[in-house]
Amino acid sequence: MIRFEELSKSFGKLVVLDKVSATIPKGKIVAVLGPNGSGKTTLIKSLMGMVKPNAGQMYIGEQQINGQSNYRGTIDYLPQISRHPQNLTARELITMLEDIREQKGDARLFVDLFDLESHLDKHLHNLSGGTMQKVSIMLSLMFKNDILILDEPTNGLDPVAIIRLKDYLDEERKAGKTIIFTTHIIPLVEEIADEIIFLLEGHIYFQGSVSTLLSKENETNLERAIANVLLKTTSHE
Amino acid sequence: MLLIASLLAHSSLADIIKVGDGHPYSSVKEGLEAAAPFDTVLLADQTFYEINLRIEKPLTLTGTHQSIIDGELQDEILVIAADSVVVSGITIQNVGYSFIKDRAGIRVEEKDYAIIENCRLFNTFFGIYLQKSNHTIVRGNLIEGSDGSTETYTGNAIHLWYCEEALIEDNITRFHRDGIYLEFVNHSQVNRNVSFRNIRYGLHFMFSNHDDYTGNTFEDNGSGVAVMFSKWINMRHNKFINNWGSASFGLLLKEIYDGELSNNLFEDNTTAIHAEGANRILITQNIIRNNGWALKIMGNCFDNRITKNNFMGNNFNVATNSRQTMDTYEANYWDDYSGYDLDEDGFGDVPHRPVKLFAYIVERVPISIVMLRSLFIEMINVAEYIIPSLTPENLADSIPVLEPYQL
Amino acid sequence: MNKILKYGFLDLIRSNWLILYTAFYLIVSVGVLMANGDISKSVISLLNVIIILIPLIATLYGIIYYYNSRDYVEMLLAQPITRKSIFMGQFLGLSLSLSTSFVVGTLIPFVFFGVFRSAYLMHFLFLLIAGVFLTFIFCGLSYLLGLANDNKLKGFGLAILLWLFFAIVYDGVVVISLVKYEDYPLEKFTMLSTLINPIDLSRVFIMLKFDTAALFGYTGALFNKFFGSSLGVIVSVAALSLWSIIPTWLIVRTANKKDF
Repeated sequence: MIRFEELSKSFGKLVVLDKVSATIPKGKIVAVLGPNGSGKTTLIKSLMGMVKPNAGQMYIGEQQINGQSNYRGTIDYLPQISRHPQNLTARELITMLEDIREQKGDARLFVDLFDLESHLDKHLHNLSGGTMQKVSIMLSLMFKNDILILDEPTNGLDPVAIIRLKDYLDEERKAGKTIIFTTHIIPLVEEIADEIIFLLEGHIYFQGSVSTLLSKENETNLERAIANVLLKTTSHE
Repeated sequence: MLLIASLLAHSSLADIIKVGDGHPYSSVKEGLEAAAPFDTVLLADQTFYEINLRIEKPLTLTGTHQSIIDGELQDEILVIAADSVVVSGITIQNVGYSFIKDRAGIRVEEKDYAIIENCRLFNTFFGIYLQKSNHTIVRGNLIEGSDGSTETYTGNAIHLWYCEEALIEDNITRFHRDGIYLEFVNHSQVNRNVSFRNIRYGLHFMFSNHDDYTGNTFEDNGSGVAVMFSKWINMRHNKFINNWGSASFGLLLKEIYDGELSNNLFEDNTTAIHAEGANRILITQNIIRNNGWALKIMGNCFDNRITKNNFMGNNFNVATNSRQTMDTYEANYWDDYSGYDLDEDGFGDVPHRPVKLFAYIVERVPISIVMLRSLFIEMINVAEYIIPSLTPENLADSIPVLEPYQL
Repeated sequence: MNKILKYGFLDLIRSNWLILYTAFYLIVSVGVLMANGDISKSVISLLNVIIILIPLIATLYGIIYYYNSRDYVEMLLAQPITRKSIFMGQFLGLSLSLSTSFVVGTLIPFVFFGVFRSAYLMHFLFLLIAGVFLTFIFCGLSYLLGLANDNKLKGFGLAILLWLFFAIVYDGVVVISLVKYEDYPLEKFTMLSTLINPIDLSRVFIMLKFDTAALFGYTGALFNKFFGSSLGVIVSVAALSLWSIIPTWLIVRTANKKDF
C-alpha cells in the first residue's frame, strides 16, 4: 500500500501538486492520468524521491519515505526518458545495476520477452530508440520487486512489444504486485487499469475504477469521458 | 776570529734568519728585529702566538703553510712598514674583530713594492689590507673568514685603500664581507681570482679608475661585483655565477664611465647586470643566461653600447624604469625574438624590443612579480610587443641575430 | 558511492575524448622534453600548458559530462542509494578519470626521460600534484554550475565565464590594482589574491620548487618567508585542498535540495 498525505509541490510560483492525498492499494494496477502539466510525473518523481515535496508525507506500508533512499530497493521504476552511460553495453548495465542495488535481476525473462539477445553486447549508443526502450524496461523491471512504477512505458514500443508488456503487467498483478503507470494511450488504461487517478491542476479530480468514471461522466467510452472532464474544466475558466 | 765570522755573516747580502724552537730566535718578533735589510726570516713549522709584528726593513718573511702565526683573536698580526717587503708561504690566523679599528692579518702601511704571496689567512678580521701603498703584488693567497659569521663581524679579504698599480691575482677568498675591495685604487689589475661565498660582494670598486679585472670567478656571493663611482674599468672574461638571493646581482654598475664589459659569463643570478648611472660602457660578447633579469638598466644610463651578446633563458632580458633610452642595442642574440630572416643574412628583418611590458610593471611595482607566467601577463606582453605604449619605444635591437654567438 | 565512481570512471576512461586528452599530454610532454632536452625546463614549459589547459578542459568536460549524464543520474536516483553517493561518485569518477589521463600522459614520457633518476623529481611531482588539484577544483566548479543550471546554454556560458575569470580576468584585476595602488603596502593583498585564485595558487605552488621563487622573495619579508620555506608548500596545499573540498561540499548540498 502506498499513501500520499497532503502532498504539495510548487516550482517557483507554479503550483504543481496542491495537498494531494491518495491511497494506492496493494495488488492493483493504477493509471495516473491527466493533461500535460497536471502533475503526473511530479507525483511519481516525488514518490521516487527525485522531486522534493514542499509539504506532505508519503508512506509505503507503514514506513514514511520522505528523504529516505533504501525503500527504492523495493520499487522497479521506469522513467519517462531513460538514458544510460552510452559507452557501456546492456549486459554491463545489468551487472552494474545488480551491483548497485545488491539484488539479483531476472534479465533473461525480458531478453526472451523482447528478443534482446543480439543487442546485449552492443554499446548503447548503437541501439535504436525502440530497442533502447526495451532495454530500459528490462533494466527497470528485472528485479521483480513488489511495486512497479512506469512513466509512459509504451513510448517508442512496437505493437508486438506493447502487447507483450501488457501481458506481463497482467501477470504481475495476478502475482499480487502494485503497479502504477502513466500513459497517453487510453485503450491501454481501459484494458489493464483497475483504478484511475485523474490529476487536474494539482488536485485529484477523480480516483476510482474506470467504470465509476464512465458512469460519473455518463459516457460509455473512456476517451470521451476524459475529453468531457477536460472540456468542463476549460469552460470553467 | 769570532768577530770576523760575525761581521762576515752580517755583511753578506742576504742572510737567512731561522726562527723557531731550537733556532737562535724563538719568536717572530725577535727574528724580525735581528734581521738586517734584505735578509730572509724563515719560520719553522710551528705555531707562533704573536701579535702586532712590525716589519720595518725591506726583508723577506717566509716559511711553510705549517709556519703559523696565531693572533689568538686579539689585535692584528703583521704590519708591513717598509718598502719592498716580501711575505710568502706562511699561515696567519685568528685576528679578533674590532669596531674601532680595521684589524688585518697582514697590513701594508703606506709603503710600496710589497709582495704578499702564497700565504694562507684564516679567520682574520680583515685579510690583507693595503693602505696608501703602491706597486703591491698580492698573489696566490687563500683567505678565509670564519664560516657563518655575519657582515658585522668580518672585514674584507683583500682591502686596498688609496693604492696605485696594484696587482691582485690568483687569490682565493671566501667567508669575508667583500672578497676584494678597492677604494681610490688606480691603474691596478685584478686577475684570475676566485671569490665565493662572501657575504657582500665578490669584488667591490669605489672611486677607482683605470683598473682591469680579468678572468676572475665570482660565485655564490651576496652579490657578484659592484663597480661604483669609477671610470675606465675593463671587465673581461670573468664568470658571475649563482649570485642568487632575494636582492642579489651578478654585476652592479653604479655611477661609472667609459668601461668595457666583454666576454663574461653571467649565469643563475637574480639580476645579472644592474646599471644605474652607467655611461659609455661597451657591453659585448657576454653570455647572459638563466638569470632572473639579464640587464636592468635605469633611465639615468647614457650612451652604452650593448652588442653581440647572447641573452638566453632569462626571465626578463631587459628591464628599465624609463620610457626613453639613450643606449644602443645592436646585433645581440635574444632567445625570445620572434621575427624572421627572409633575406637570410643572419640578422632578423624586424627589430626586437627586449623590454616586456611585464618587466616594466615589475619595475614599478616589484611585488607584481608574483604574476610571472600568468596567462594575462603573457597576453599583455604580446599586445605591448605589437603596439608599444608603456615600454621604451626606441629601446630596440634593430638587427638581432638569429643564432647565438659561439662565445 | 564507490560503485557509482567505479562505473562512471570505467565509462569515461573508455570515451574517445579522454583517450584524446591522454594522447595530447603524451605528445606535449614528448614535445617539450625533446625541445628542451632537460627536465627542469620541460616542467616549466608544461607549467604554462597545464595552468591554462587543465582548468579549461576540466571546466568544459565537467559541464558537458554533467549534462550528458543527466538521464543516467535519473536512473541512479531511482536506485536505493543516497544522492550524496550518486553525486560524489559521479564527480569523483569524472575528476579521477581526467586526472588519470593527465598523469598517465605526462608521466610516461618523463619516466622514459629518466625523471626518477633526475634532481628534478620533486619539481615534476609538484607539477603533477598541482595538475590533479586543478582538475578536481575545476571539475567541481563546473559540475556545480551544471547542477545549479538546468538550462544547458546558460550553464555552458557560465562555465566558460568561470574559466575566463580565473584564467585571465582575475589576474588582470589584480595587476591593475597593484599598479593603481602602488604607493600602498601591497604584500598582504598580493599574497591573499594569489591564495584566492586556484590557478594562481597552482602556478605559484609549482614555481616554489624553482629558483624563480627567489625572485618573489625579493619583494618583501612576507613573500620571502612564504617562498623561502616549507611554509609556502604547506599553505598552498592547504588552500588547494580547501578549493577542492568546498565545491564538493556544495555539490552535495545543491544535489540534496534539487528536484530532478
